Amino acid sequence: MYSFSYLKPASIKEASNILSVSDENKVISGGMTLLPTLKQRLARVENLIGLENCGLDKISLQEGILKIGAMATHDDVSNSKLIKSENPAIAELASQIGDRQVRNRGTIGGSLANNDPSACYPAALLALAGKVHTNKRDIKAEDFFVDLFETALEEDEIITSVSLPKPEKAAYEKFPNPASRYALVGVFVAKFDSEIRVSVTGAGEEGVFRCLEIEKALLAEFSIESLSNILISAEGLINDIHAEADYRAHLIVEMSKRALIKSLTR
Amino acid sequence: MKQVTLTVNATKHKHNISDHMLLVDFIRERLKLTGTHIGCDTSQCGACVIHVNGKSIKSCTMLAVQADGCDITTIEGLADGDVLHPMQQAFHENHGLQCGFCTPGMIMSAIELIDGKPDITEREIRHGLEGNLCRCTGYQNIVKSIQEAAKFDYR
Ligand SMILES: Cc1cc2nc3c(=O)[nH]c(=O)nc-3n(C[C@H](O)[C@H](O)[C@H](O)COP(=O)(O)OP(=O)(O)OC[C@H]3O[C@@H](n4cnc5c(N)ncnc54)[C@H](O)[C@@H]3O)c2cc1C
Ligand code: FES
Ligand code: FES
Repeated sequence: MYSFSYLKPASIKEASNILSVSDENKVISGGMTLLPTLKQRLARVENLIGLENCGLDKISLQEGILKIGAMATHDDVSNSKLIKSENPAIAELASQIGDRQVRNRGTIGGSLANNDPSACYPAALLALAGKVHTNKRDIKAEDFFVDLFETALEEDEIITSVSLPKPEKAAYEKFPNPASRYALVGVFVAKFDSEIRVSVTGAGEEGVFRCLEIEKALLAEFSIESLSNILISAEGLINDIHAEADYRAHLIVEMSKRALIKSLTR
Repeated sequence: MKQVTLTVNATKHKHNISDHMLLVDFIRERLKLTGTHIGCDTSQCGACVIHVNGKSIKSCTMLAVQADGCDITTIEGLADGDVLHPMQQAFHENHGLQCGFCTPGMIMSAIELIDGKPDITEREIRHGLEGNLCRCTGYQNIVKSIQEAAKFDYR
């Protein structure tokens, strides 16, 4: 690891001031992605800005909408009574991320900012039509994810919290990569009053995306039969040593079915 | 450089360290507690698992400065003199290790895993060990050891 200074600002304002001074400064949340990158010298920073004293770990209900602080760990989210009762699919998603030690440190803000094409939270944000709140503005899920590991966040922008509307029914199912536990394919199905949103992670060459074919089929009827004859094209899907694009296309349907069944059991 | 104060296995330590020192390096090189191992570069193997404020974490993926003020337990802090911790005893009795490289991390993860769950199932144990890799045992006796230790009420 190259050397750097570690700073612990006491407010988000102070953190963003430090961040805006130089593009060699970077914020760190759980460090589960950033530290391995620094250890392998794939990145270099001058100052690491720890967000632990900025009070960003609150989980609350605001005007009926679940608001999760950027520093809430995957473990906090999976065990939160409020999330389990308001939006259990999110708690379940968090409980499936990585392993216990990753969940004890990794955060929702870090995961979304990183926008790994195989990460789990991006699927939830997109399917639930959530919003990312930063020190500068609110960003809609649709506008947030730009490309692999790329988001709409500006250099000196920090995620402070995330809002996730409550669906009528929802569930997330992933086929984990047996080695890394990341999603080989993960599907989040969400049913709202007049809309169905289905998002897919782990499969898209440009990262998380909405699967309109499956949404359309489920809008006609929210049942497993609607998916029995559906075929998804492998075009635009990731083809790598872990799985061929065709197989991922197949898994999208399979994970959608499983998520649908799970969503109907509650 | 920063000064950190932390409690490791009930002993308070005060050290000047570089900001980029990993917690695992601090534990091994400064405190000479070499029971905590390093098995990978990618935060995947779990050989480095310790407890920070009662939670299991990978000490290769945390900075020592981030542990300032924390209460830490490593594998060396489990036994009471010559009396092994029940989890260590269970690994001993059930042949839960071969080369032993993964064992400290396995034991630290396992202690958090069974906390308050005397009837933990084999499935739950296997799932709970996702973050710990073993290259020797095939996991069978590790799982057996943990199930055995879970039944033992040591609080
Ligand atoms: C072994 C292993 C298995 C994993 N398995 C999975 C899995 O199955 N599913 C999954 O989704 N993820 C998985 N992860 C990733 C894990 O969830 C990470 O915790 C997460 O991707 C990053 O969160 P973090 O809090 O650790 O962020 P950090 O590593 O601290 O930061 C990541 C990036 O985001 C930036 N950043 C952090 N916080 C903010 C903020 N508030 N505002 C703006 N930018 C910010 C940082 O500057 C950095 O560039 C795994 C990781 C490991 C090591
Ligand atoms: S050394 Fe492998 S996870 Fe820490
Ligand atoms: S006993 Fe050798 S790695 Fe587990």
